[in-house]
Amino acid sequence: MAGDVMASSPAKAEILRRIRAAMGRTSTPDADRVRAEWSGLARGYRRTAALGREAVLELLEDRLRDYDAHVVRVGAEDVPATVAKMLSERGKRRMVVPAGLPPEWLPSGVEFVVDFVVDEGMTAAELDGFDGVMTGSTVAIAETGTVVLQSVPGQGRRAVTLVPDYHLCVVPVEDVVETVPEAMARLERTAGLATTFFSGPSATADIEMTRIKGVHGPRFLDVVLVG
Amino acid sequence: MSGAALDPRTAPEFPLAARKMLGDAQLRKNVRHATDVIQAKRARVVEEMPDWQALREAGRQIRSHTMENLDFYLEEFERNCTRAGGMVHWARDAEEARQIVVGLVKESGSDEVIKIKSMTTEEIQLNPALEVAGIHPYETDLAELIIQLGEDQPSHIVVPALHKNRQQIREIFQRTMGLPELGERPEDLADAARMFLREKFLRVKTGVSGANFLIAETGGVCIVESEGNGRMCLTLPETLIAVAGIDKIVPRFQDLEVLLQLLPRSATGERMNPYNSIWTGVDASDGPRTFHVVLMDNARTEILADEEGRQTLNCIRCGACQNVCPVYRQTGGHAYGSVYAGPIGAILTPQLQQMHHAQSLPYASSLCGACYEVCPVKINIPEVLIHLRHEVVEQKGMSAEALAMKMMGVIFMSERRFRAAQRLGRMAEAPLVRKDGQGVGWIDWLPGQLGGWTQVRDLQAMPKETFRDWWEKRGKDGR
Repeated sequence: MAGDVMASSPAKAEILRRIRAAMGRTSTPDADRVRAEWSGLARGYRRTAALGREAVLELLEDRLRDYDAHVVRVGAEDVPATVAKMLSERGKRRMVVPAGLPPEWLPSGVEFVVDFVVDEGMTAAELDGFDGVMTGSTVAIAETGTVVLQSVPGQGRRAVTLVPDYHLCVVPVEDVVETVPEAMARLERTAGLATTFFSGPSATADIEMTRIKGVHGPRFLDVVLVG
Repeated sequence: MSGAALDPRTAPEFPLAARKMLGDAQLRKNVRHATDVIQAKRARVVEEMPDWQALREAGRQIRSHTMENLDFYLEEFERNCTRAGGMVHWARDAEEARQIVVGLVKESGSDEVIKIKSMTTEEIQLNPALEVAGIHPYETDLAELIIQLGEDQPSHIVVPALHKNRQQIREIFQRTMGLPELGERPEDLADAARMFLREKFLRVKTGVSGANFLIAETGGVCIVESEGNGRMCLTLPETLIAVAGIDKIVPRFQDLEVLLQLLPRSATGERMNPYNSIWTGVDASDGPRTFHVVLMDNARTEILADEEGRQTLNCIRCGACQNVCPVYRQTGGHAYGSVYAGPIGAILTPQLQQMHHAQSLPYASSLCGACYEVCPVKINIPEVLIHLRHEVVEQKGMSAEALAMKMMGVIFMSERRFRAAQRLGRMAEAPLVRKDGQGVGWIDWLPGQLGGWTQVRDLQAMPKETFRDWWEKRGKDGR
């Protein structure tokens, strides 16, 4: 069907004809010329980090807290204990996790009573029955307090990080960049994957422009910065 | 405001509609408060960006380059989206777009849809068309839900219910959701919306969205939002239909590094909005199994053909120009008779109507230039406003005003005629000049067509002696 639409649409032919007429052309511009013109566009904005590594990490923590997320920074060996503490403080018992989440992040031991259930294509209603979700991440942007997820092992399907009301996200420090352009450069290789940027918990400012936490996405967000 | 859709073809002229809105003290208070808050937030997060002007310039260049090569990038988008499993449809106008969407929803087997806030679907009045076809649309953005349940109309591009305060929203929710005990804290109201919509998100199988950006290089679509309702609509349904103007194209994925900095800071005054989603076609294990994009012209190519108006298409719908506009801040959005209100609406709406309707909108501005200053892609709105005023005047042909201007030209060409006209003017105005304590030397009423001037301002009487007369007299006496 897609092929039919492409080949036979009189609407498409008409719209393209109108564009060419508007621009005083009779055909589509030459690809090389368009590419060259695009390459020449002014990009005088910041595209690399200006701060030192420690300052970048502090900035990320600061910006995430500004959005009402809970943030802790720990060494790699302390991740399971930190996760256990966060979940018990919030009273979370049933967590969904995507396939491929590094097992060394998960707490274990007899005293630990949280269930970690691996998502294998659960329905939205099933996901709605969990207390929360725990994932890794692809990249984090300090300047904007943003964490980026992609549909890869350890981060999972988009629905999994959307339906549960609580999200615990693990961010390795080597994946933290300072600026948006640095993040986009990292994402470029995998640009075709389903990608979600989140900056704090779900929020709205639709009522009198007052930002309030929590509408439809996870209302509670914990971030564990590792390294 | 009634539930009748904002339609520039039937809307009253701006001055009439504005006068009515100016009488609504509550609306003006709500609009003033909301726009004050957004402006302050925007100023704070723009201030902290040392490279803001460089970002604006890059944004302008990316958008202009895209419009100049729009056919190239649209075809590239179609190829890449199709390759990734999406289906691309083309719509020449609103009617064709509505037909395509209604057909696709029926094909999906659903008689209801969940919708992400989309000004494009408001522009084409999609909801009434869906309802006529027996399909129920559920708006899921909090502001759009308020509008839908209150049988109201959007008054702002980004915050469509900005003209309602918390008490008014509570009243709408109490009445339509059957919650007599509902509180009026924003948290209570957001919770009510969460409860109301949750079941719909989990049940409804077809979603309808707009798009913020269509990425030609990858065939991907980007949607920027806050609440997570967008993510729900574009992730959970089996079928997703995105309706986008052909102006929403960006050349490459990398270009988002500019636009995703400009848009959130300009729109809601946030460093980044809570959620951005980017997806490409269909992913067998993640999200809808069927994905359609409807690429709609609806007079955008007409705007493209006008070299001076073309920059209007660069708009990324942030609404910053509305928040800063002294006219919008007094009247609110409904006076513009279009879903696109404020300065951008004043140039976009008449052009989308191919200058057949909404001719009063280019005059709904004091040309103060504040809109140009805040525009993240540097659209010179005042320049386009003046250009469109010219178009409107040209369109009207030889009016009394134009005739008068021509006569003025003839008079001004000769000193003798100019002096005679001045003498005549002084004699003619004499009976109209006030001589009472209310304003000596001012004229506050002119007869006939000239009355248009004194309706909103007073006119100073001509001086008793002209400069030339004074100069000549001085020359004689001084020697």
